[in-house]
Amino acid sequence: MYSQGLLGANTDTDETEDFLAAFQARIDAEEKIEPNDPMPAAYRKTLIRMISQHAHSEIVGMLPEGNWITRAPSLRRKVALLAKVQDEGGHGLYLYSAAETLGVSREQLTEELLSGKAKYSSIFNYPTPTWADIGAIGWLVDGAAIMNQVPLCRCSYGPYARAMIRVCKEESFHQRQGYELMRKLTRGTDEQKAMAQDALNRWWWPSLMMFGPSDTDSQHSDQSMKWKIKRFTNDELRQKFVDATVPQAELIGLTMPDEHLSWNESKNNGEGGYDFGEIDWDEFWRVVKGHGMMNKDRIATRKKAWDDGAWVREAALAHARKTRERKEAA
Amino acid sequence: MSSEPMIPLWEVFIRPRNGLHHKHVGSLHAADSEMAVQAARDVYTRREEGNSVWVVRAEDIVASDPSRSEENFDPAADKVYRHPSFYDIPDEVGHM
Amino acid sequence: MAGNNTQLVSMLVQIADDHLILGHRLSEWCGHAPMLEEDLSMPNMALDLIGQARQLYTLAAELEGGQRTEDDLAYLRSDREYRNCLLVEKGNVDFAHTMLKQFYFAAFMKPFWQQSLNSTHKAFAAIAGKAVKEISYHIRHCGEWIIRLGDGTEESAARTRAAVAELHPYTQELFWMDPRHRSLVTSGVIPDVSLIASDWQSTVDRVFREARLSVPDVEYPLSGGREGRHTEEFGLLLAELQYMQRTYPGAQW
Repeated sequence: MYSQGLLGANTDTDETEDFLAAFQARIDAEEKIEPNDPMPAAYRKTLIRMISQHAHSEIVGMLPEGNWITRAPSLRRKVALLAKVQDEGGHGLYLYSAAETLGVSREQLTEELLSGKAKYSSIFNYPTPTWADIGAIGWLVDGAAIMNQVPLCRCSYGPYARAMIRVCKEESFHQRQGYELMRKLTRGTDEQKAMAQDALNRWWWPSLMMFGPSDTDSQHSDQSMKWKIKRFTNDELRQKFVDATVPQAELIGLTMPDEHLSWNESKNNGEGGYDFGEIDWDEFWRVVKGHGMMNKDRIATRKKAWDDGAWVREAALAHARKTRERKEAA
Repeated sequence: MSSEPMIPLWEVFIRPRNGLHHKHVGSLHAADSEMAVQAARDVYTRREEGNSVWVVRAEDIVASDPSRSEENFDPAADKVYRHPSFYDIPDEVGHM
Repeated sequence: MAGNNTQLVSMLVQIADDHLILGHRLSEWCGHAPMLEEDLSMPNMALDLIGQARQLYTLAAELEGGQRTEDDLAYLRSDREYRNCLLVEKGNVDFAHTMLKQFYFAAFMKPFWQQSLNSTHKAFAAIAGKAVKEISYHIRHCGEWIIRLGDGTEESAARTRAAVAELHPYTQELFWMDPRHRSLVTSGVIPDVSLIASDWQSTVDRVFREARLSVPDVEYPLSGGREGRHTEEFGLLLAELQYMQRTYPGAQW
């Protein structure tokens, strides 16, 4: 009954003040929380929400890049892209597994995604019309994801932290392949250069939005920080990402699509950092609420794969049942 | 509860190389043991993580009850005489 | 020897084409598999196949004098110049169809690679050494799926039977020994593919028995790919595969 997963187990806790204080003390002492440990219902709920959103993002994230596997311009690029998209499937799988230790099933989580109830990263609701988009996603989207994910390796919930360590290890090639791809374009023909700049123009702002609403508007940040599920605020991570990425763009001769971008000596406690323009939060919320170019398409595609696969999953279960029955009869 | 029939959950253990223990690395879903072993190979050994795979039905794992972890594990804490540093021997003896 | 070299290049390209095209079809599944675990398994096999294609194209390009690269061979030929068998270019229908197609091909390639381990051509034997391990896993993975689908539910059995009916007529082309490659057999470079049929048949029989499927009698086998005559859907596959190379001639990626 007390296995790694908790499916069907009673996870109710009596949330007295003492219990909550003792739990917070464990967190403050940097103790990891493991699946069967008593935990506040809200902690469990927050983790399920975060981990499943993260898992859904990986799975939906396979689509925009998967779009280019059959059209990759060289065999070297083709195998790299295929391996990368496959990795994303793997990351989704590790994360669903981590969520399952909290007492939800993958089937449940999948149904929440397909019904539109669950959220996933809005970045994947943007289209990938050109090959350069594959570079931009690897460089910017994976770059932004890594900013988020590295601190999650120290998350207070053990299975999530362990999944993230595995994810981060594997992610390290993703951003490099994206940047390499972009760099190659910027050293190519005028058409290739234009393709790279165009992709950067389209992906820069959405990748800044990936860090979520500004700290002043984020509804989940405070408690997640206190529970050490998150270690940095949205704005802190966004700033780190901008500071890391602007010089990378300069190095390959691309221009950030932000006229307000400028170096500010006094930022980051005097270490310096970039000031950047205002994010278009109307667009952010529009896409979050389901009205981006690809929202409906992405869910429809996932739903089709799931529905088309139903007979396969049923067959596998039926065969397992038959084999068991034949064995028992023999 | 979900209407979708549940495909069983398996815990996966990988041995990085001969001479080491199998170590828990995560879990996956499969309808039977053969598919579970294959899935474990495909999911968890893409980067030469190991040369042997174990899969165990998650529901077959029996674990200690966390609410009894104090009675289970705290009593070992004061049995210092089980550790070599508890015993005084002269330095001249060297390594023992 | 020069004649032999031309033949070897042509043979290598033919095998490479099989692998590239089959890998291409399999890669179309990425992100759309029936369950997440399979979204990792199928790309693993596709990566094996495309990896083998790369090695074969690279060797072929070297042997023909180094004027062309693996990408030139993979991307810049016309449809008539691709020598893959028709089986591998068949479009995806459903999971049973794909597993069966993979299985048929793997059951052919395993004995092919095994017999190539002792090829008098060292570089080719080295490719076989790596490929034989990969393809053995493909037989196992796809074979196990066929057993589950064939002996699963009524629907899965019907779909698997439909896939057998559609694909089986394309399997005989695998065993067609191109007279142009005959001297390669004589000189011990490649195995005689016409002699692989019985080995292939016993692999298929073993899995079909467990899957409760029957092997159909094929009255009208279909072939043409080995001579550059392809299906309609192959043109569309090439349009996709070659899109970037054709749109931006000479560009480096």
